[in-house]
Amino acid sequence: MTLALDIFTVSAVSAGVFFFLAGTVGLLRFPDSLTRLHALTKVDNLGLGLIVLGLLPQTNGLFGGLKLVSIWLLVQLSGAIVTQLIAGAVRQHGPHG
Amino acid sequence: MTISSVFDIGLVVLILTIGASTIVVREAFAAVIGFVVYGLLLAIAWVRLSAVDVALTEAAIGGGMTGMLMLGAVARLRFAKGTDARTSLPVRLAVGILCALVAAGLAIAVLSPPEVIPTLAPMVMENLAQSGLGNPVAGVLFVYRALDTLLEKVVLILALLGVWSLAPDSVWGGIPGLRVYAQPSSTLTFLAQLLPPVGIVVAIYMCWVGAKEPGGAFQGGTVLAAMWLLVMIAGLKSVPSTSQPWLRLLLVVGPAIFLAIGLAGMVLANAFLDYPSGYAKALIVAIEFSLTLSIGVALGLLAAGPPERVRQP
Repeated sequence: MTLALDIFTVSAVSAGVFFFLAGTVGLLRFPDSLTRLHALTKVDNLGLGLIVLGLLPQTNGLFGGLKLVSIWLLVQLSGAIVTQLIAGAVRQHGPHG
Repeated sequence: MTISSVFDIGLVVLILTIGASTIVVREAFAAVIGFVVYGLLLAIAWVRLSAVDVALTEAAIGGGMTGMLMLGAVARLRFAKGTDARTSLPVRLAVGILCALVAAGLAIAVLSPPEVIPTLAPMVMENLAQSGLGNPVAGVLFVYRALDTLLEKVVLILALLGVWSLAPDSVWGGIPGLRVYAQPSSTLTFLAQLLPPVGIVVAIYMCWVGAKEPGGAFQGGTVLAAMWLLVMIAGLKSVPSTSQPWLRLLLVVGPAIFLAIGLAGMVLANAFLDYPSGYAKALIVAIEFSLTLSIGVALGLLAAGPPERVRQP
């Protein structure tokens, strides 16, 4: 049982790390602000989500798991809203304004 | 070589690279972003050294708060066009030599550590149970180095006075010039309505848990300050003028209670900043909570900047 959970953790966290890597490549390579934001939000949602999912079996007790999930939810919330605000600023003032 | 030492070496290389890039990069904005990343990486390094208290403070103060203050400074510099005249060669030489001297002094201090490292650790671990605390860091801060902790908070207020002193005489005690983005029903308004309840609970939790696990007044206070700033920037609450009595009361309540309990210790216990036996934990928690409030207000006002407008009558 523990082995199965460990395998689950390793594969989920690895998948999360892959998304972080892909998002970082996107941040560096994409041509303009809006597409770069797109790459970043994918990382926040999927990458961190997969890492949290992978770490859940390793937590001690219910509260540890709840803390991890609420961290993911808070990052989702702030990430989505800050992205909206940056995108709004880009639309209003242009990419260098 | 184990996998964790590979991670540590990678982390050190990353920290050194980011540190160097903040110095080398020419643009002030890029340097500040580098500095924030540097702070967050340092926080990870502190976690690797099992100093989670320091890591939390580094992430909150070193990365977040200082980063925000410096971003404010960069924005101001952009508007205030300075003279473009380059400084003369002797001045630049003198600055370079002085910086090199400071760096050399630091290098000597770091590279030649004392034979026996001065530490409070064994003493604290032995007597921690007496104070009723579970977190050795809180034990050192409030029992063994209470005077340092008190002075630290007073320095914060002095720093705020320094910021306020930048205001011209006519607006002394006026409203800080925090930039407000008041667009009704924008996403920022939504965030400023949704996040503060969560943030306030997290701040109280961090302060309370500081007695037995990593956390404490500085970490909680920073979260509190962030929530306050968010609400003010979204325009849900107006920025208060710095002459408000309640504001000034909140600023000094933490250090004042700390000082009062310290003075009471001279009568009830044996020495200044000593706690009567049996009441140590209750008193320390009372100090921590009032300090959290004061630190939150002080950091929020530091970020808000010097007064720029007079209060409308």
